[in-house]
Amino acid sequence: MLEYQNLFTRVQVRTAPDPGLPLEDSPGARLGTGTFSYLAGKFGDAQFGPIYLGTAGLFSLLFGFLAFEIIGLNMWASVGWDPIEFVRQLPWLALEPPPPQYGLRVPPLNQGGWYLMAGFFLTISILLWWVRVYRRARALNMGTHLPWAFASAIFLYLAFFFQPLIVGSWSEMVPFGVFPHLDWTSAFSIRYGNLYYNPFHALSIVFLYGSAVLFAMHAATILAVARLGGEREIEQITDRGTAAERSMLFWRWTMGFNATMESIHRWAWWFAVLTTFTGGIGILLTGTVVDNWYLWGVKHGLVAPYPANNVLTPEQQQLLRGRYQGTAPDSFPSYVAPQPAMMLDSTALIAPADSMTADSTKTDSTTARKTP
Amino acid sequence: MAMLSFERKYRVRGGTLIGGDLFDFWFGPFYVGFFGVSAIFFILLGTMLCVWGAAIGPTWNLWQISIAPPDLKYGLGFAPLREGGLWQIITMCAVGAFGSWTLRQAEISRKLGMGLHIPWAYGAAVFAYVTLVVIRPLLLGAWGHGFPYGIFSHLDWVSNVGYQYLHFHYNPAHMIAVTFFFTNCLALAMHGSLILSVTNPKKGTPVGVSETENVFFRDLIGYSIGAIGIHRLGLFLSMSAAIWSAICIVISGPFWAKGWPEWWGWWLNLPIWR
Repeated sequence: MLEYQNLFTRVQVRTAPDPGLPLEDSPGARLGTGTFSYLAGKFGDAQFGPIYLGTAGLFSLLFGFLAFEIIGLNMWASVGWDPIEFVRQLPWLALEPPPPQYGLRVPPLNQGGWYLMAGFFLTISILLWWVRVYRRARALNMGTHLPWAFASAIFLYLAFFFQPLIVGSWSEMVPFGVFPHLDWTSAFSIRYGNLYYNPFHALSIVFLYGSAVLFAMHAATILAVARLGGEREIEQITDRGTAAERSMLFWRWTMGFNATMESIHRWAWWFAVLTTFTGGIGILLTGTVVDNWYLWGVKHGLVAPYPANNVLTPEQQQLLRGRYQGTAPDSFPSYVAPQPAMMLDSTALIAPADSMTADSTKTDSTTARKTP
Repeated sequence: MAMLSFERKYRVRGGTLIGGDLFDFWFGPFYVGFFGVSAIFFILLGTMLCVWGAAIGPTWNLWQISIAPPDLKYGLGFAPLREGGLWQIITMCAVGAFGSWTLRQAEISRKLGMGLHIPWAYGAAVFAYVTLVVIRPLLLGAWGHGFPYGIFSHLDWVSNVGYQYLHFHYNPAHMIAVTFFFTNCLALAMHGSLILSVTNPKKGTPVGVSETENVFFRDLIGYSIGAIGIHRLGLFLSMSAAIWSAICIVISGPFWAKGWPEWWGWWLNLPIWR
């Protein structure tokens, strides 16, 4: 049974590398004649190259390189140009966006100016790459499904620019850096009252997991009928063979419904595209339309009434409110930039601007009633 | 009937793992088989228990319905029905249903003369679920470490368990799993797009060929993984996402009980730069 699983290619055929189809309306040319890799051939296609050289792609790489260098050199500078510390601390290093006091104004270079510049170059690079994807598809007379799928991912990327623009502060933007961007993710979620209650975040995850399920189903199906030529999908679409028929019947018999050799790729396209598209909508709504997703969930009946077992004293609750205390949860754009050591700021302890009762249904009802 | 035009010649006997010809028949479009019978038993029982759990619970609000696992004090023992026993039986039904479904897929694969890739791939997802509600609770010594069955309550569980380890994004296995999920989504978009754009070309031009697929990606990034390769890659990425998800949660608690940011101390203290 194992010999039919077709997980690796057993026999590799070598001829002259495929030079590629003739290109229409392309000013650039292909670089190289192609070469073979035995190891790549075990898993997929053995041929590397040729690659198309064009204006948009070259400028995209140039701007991408600029952004990469600005980020890397700023990180290096942040450890005093020590090469060993640079490698040691690399996952923790960051190029941070401007601090909140600059709002949407242009900050000095070392106060986020470099960050804005790197972000600008990275964005130019990505948009130029989109142009390249579009032009390469058209040069081969193909449809433009890939550039539009890519556009959906770019929409999510740009949402992280427009959301700070709408709430009026560059400081909201995502820092460049391995751990720092993960810290940002958590801080963003907590700041806006738990992103899990954002329905578009939920949809995005559904489509992300759905993409994994779909690709597992599709890829496994094709591999399972590969001995019947199932991986030649274009041929199976235009002239259905037994591989396509068995693939369809498998799912029909399993779950009562089946896609076709073509429509499974439409399912795939939509799931992948909607992952980033719904994610972008979720980001754009956060802090702009909805300030606190948890309270939004309470308002719309999503939050279950958990048993009240929080028996902290009001003083203890005040201490747990974090660095954004003093800010009413529904007044985000006016929020006061957090000061250092605000956690134990005595003024905030004396006069809280909002009441804990509105914050959470998790507080003990008797304690909560006493607070105001 | 519910048969496709070409379906009749494929409806032959054989391929069953258990029960011989006894359950070797179809119900509408569905193949039944022994595991179809066992799957429907577990699905119906589990679903009805969920509905009963909702009925004895505080709300019929779909978003808020939740079947909670037992309190930690019950350890690995059985809990009373209303105090998590229901969750325990529903979990057994779920594992039974998922296992039956996997074996049903194996039977259908065999009947159609296909490889067993689909049951193996599905098995990775089942493995991730079993890790969450059976293996990790067993290792931690209480069924209460399973997650509650509810739309938003399970999200609360994810959030709370994540913050128990201070910042779950620092979990290295979680990083790998997320990377696989994102890469899988990217690869799926690229594969789906490629097939659609070759099959639905620019107006007035003929449908492309397999060279079109390869030449496009070679032009774009210098390499095309090929028609068989992309499906191997897709299966690898999606199964890896599930398997690393299981790993990232099973090491949280049983093997690392502190904050995940702290785990990275070994890197900062490597002898090469001390």
